[in-house]
Amino acid sequence: MKKYASFFRIRFVNALQYRAAALAGMATQFFWGGMLLLMFAAFYHSAPESFPMDFQALSCYIWLQQAFLAMLNSWAFENDIFEAISSGNIAYELCRPMGLYGQWFVKAAANRVARAVLRCVPVLVFAALLPAPYGITLPPNVGAALLFVFSLFLALGVVVAFTMVIYIITFYTISPTGVRMAATSAAELLSGSLLPLPFFPEGLRQLAELLPFASMQNVPLRVYSGELSGQAAAWSVGLQVFWLAALLALGVWMMHRALHRVVVQGG
Amino acid sequence: MITVSQLSKRFVVSRRKSGLKQATKSLFHREREFVQALDNVSFTIPDGQVVGYIGPNGAGKSTTVKILSGILTPDSGECDINGRTPWKQRREHVAEMGVVFGQRSQLWWDVPVGDSFDLLRDIYRVPENRYRANVAELTERLQLEEILRTPARQLSLGQRMRCEIAASLLHDPKVLFLDEPTIGLDAVSKLAVRDFIREINRDRGVTVILTTHDMQDIEALAQRILLIGKGRVLLDGTLEQLKQQYGRGSVTVSYSGGEVQKLSELEIVEQEPGRLTVSTDGSREDTARVIAQLTAALSITDISVKGPDAEEMVVSLYREYRV
Repeated sequence: MKKYASFFRIRFVNALQYRAAALAGMATQFFWGGMLLLMFAAFYHSAPESFPMDFQALSCYIWLQQAFLAMLNSWAFENDIFEAISSGNIAYELCRPMGLYGQWFVKAAANRVARAVLRCVPVLVFAALLPAPYGITLPPNVGAALLFVFSLFLALGVVVAFTMVIYIITFYTISPTGVRMAATSAAELLSGSLLPLPFFPEGLRQLAELLPFASMQNVPLRVYSGELSGQAAAWSVGLQVFWLAALLALGVWMMHRALHRVVVQGG
Repeated sequence: MITVSQLSKRFVVSRRKSGLKQATKSLFHREREFVQALDNVSFTIPDGQVVGYIGPNGAGKSTTVKILSGILTPDSGECDINGRTPWKQRREHVAEMGVVFGQRSQLWWDVPVGDSFDLLRDIYRVPENRYRANVAELTERLQLEEILRTPARQLSLGQRMRCEIAASLLHDPKVLFLDEPTIGLDAVSKLAVRDFIREINRDRGVTVILTTHDMQDIEALAQRILLIGKGRVLLDGTLEQLKQQYGRGSVTVSYSGGEVQKLSELEIVEQEPGRLTVSTDGSREDTARVIAQLTAALSITDISVKGPDAEEMVVSLYREYRV
C-alpha cells in the first residue's frame, strides 16, 4: 500500500504547483454556477409547479457540482497516460513491480483530489454567503452528510474507473480523440452535469439513473441536500458500489488482455 | 543467469505510400505486413558479465531488451532470468532488474530528482538504510549532489542520463539493461557513464546488457559481444576474437627511396609517390612481418601502424551479413 500512497503523494504535490490554473478554474466556476442558477431561477419563476426539484436543493446541487468539478467531471483525462501510450513511455511504467492499472488509477485519482482540494473551499465559502435559496446550506442531518462523503468518494472511484477504460482502449486505437469524445459526450449528459437528472423526461430519467454515469455526479450531489434520501438513497449508493466494482473489473480485465499484445511505440 | 532460447516476435506494420490518394485508399483497404523482429534468438549469459548487444537500427535489439525486461510478450520461445520468465512473473522479475532506456525518461518531469528517487524507493520497497547508502554512493560516484535538488526538466542531457542510471540502481538490481545509455552525450559524460558502469559491474557483480551504436562503449565495456541482425544472432564472442577474425589493420609509411616492386606479395591499399599504405590482418605477428618487409625494401622516413578499428569492423560485419 505504501507504494500507492507515495505515488499519490508525488502526484498530489505535482498538481498543487499549478496555482494560476486553480485561480482561473475557480473564477470560471463562480461565474458558471451563477449563470446556471439565474437560468434555473427564470424557469422556476415562470412555472414553479412544473419544477421537479426544491429550489434550495438545486442550489446545493449546482454549488457542490462547481466545488467538486475537478474531482467528478468526466472530461478530464491524464495527458501523461495518453502520452505514455502513444509515445511508448509506458515501457518504464511496465518495469515497475506494481500493476499498471493500480499506478494509473492512483495517478488519476490523486490529480483529481489535488485539484479539487485547491478549488472547493473558496467556492463553498462563497456559496454559503449567498442569500437563500441561492446559496448552499448545510445538509439536513448528520446521516445525509456522512452519506454524501461516502457517495462522493464512490463517485470519484466510478469516474476514474470509467476513464481507465478509455485509457485502455487507447492501447488499440493509439489516438485517444475519438473514444474520448464519444465517452465524454455521453457522460456529460447522462451524469447530470449539464442538467440534473430530475429534469429529464420520464422514462429517460429512469434509464439514466440506472446507468453508470448517474453514479458520477447525480447521486452524491442529490444525497447532500436530502433530495435523495431513505430507501432511494440506499438504492442509488448501492448502484454506485455496483458500478464501481463492475468498471474496476472490466478495466482490470481489459488491461490484462491489452498488455499481452502491447507494442511499445517509437522504438 | 540469463537463458534465452528460440525467442521469436513479429510486429504488424500498416504501410502505405505517401499522398492523398493512397491515404484515402488505405481508409478502406489497409495493407498489413509482418515484420519479424526476432527470429529464433538464443543465448546464455552468466552472472556478472557485461554483454554488448549490437546490430544496426531495426535489428531487434530493443525488442530483445523489452522482452527480457518483461514489457513485451514474445510470440514463441523461452526465457529464464534467475529462475523466472519475465513476461509471466513480471512483478517479481522487475523487482530485481534495472533498466535505462536512453531515449526515454523515468524521472518525474516537474519535481526535483530526489523526489523521484524517493518514489522509486517506495515502489521497490527499498529498506531505508539500503536506500540511504545507495543514494550516498551513487551521488558520490556520479556527482549528483546539486542535481538531486533540481527538477528533471531543468537538467542537461548528460546530467539527466546520470540520474537515470542512478535511478535504475537504487533497488540493488541483479541485472541491468542499458538501451543506448550514451546516446547524445558529450565526450566527458560518455566517459563518466562508462567508468561508472564498469565500476558497478566490478563492485556489485551486476550483469549488464548494453545495446549501443557507439563502438567505443563496446570497446570500453563489453566482455562479450552479441551481434544481431534481421532478428537473428549472427555472432557471439569476445571483442578480441572478433578483431582476430574480422579486424583489419594497416601500416602506412613515407619513404625517400627504395624498390617498391619488391613488395609485390603485400596487399597495397593506397599508393602515391613517397607514401604507401599496406593492409594487415590486424594481428601483431602480421604487422611485424609487414614492417620487416617494408623496412627491407624502402628507406623509410615515417611509419604509422593502425590496429583493427571496432567501428570499421562492425561496418564490414554488417556488410558481410547483409544486415
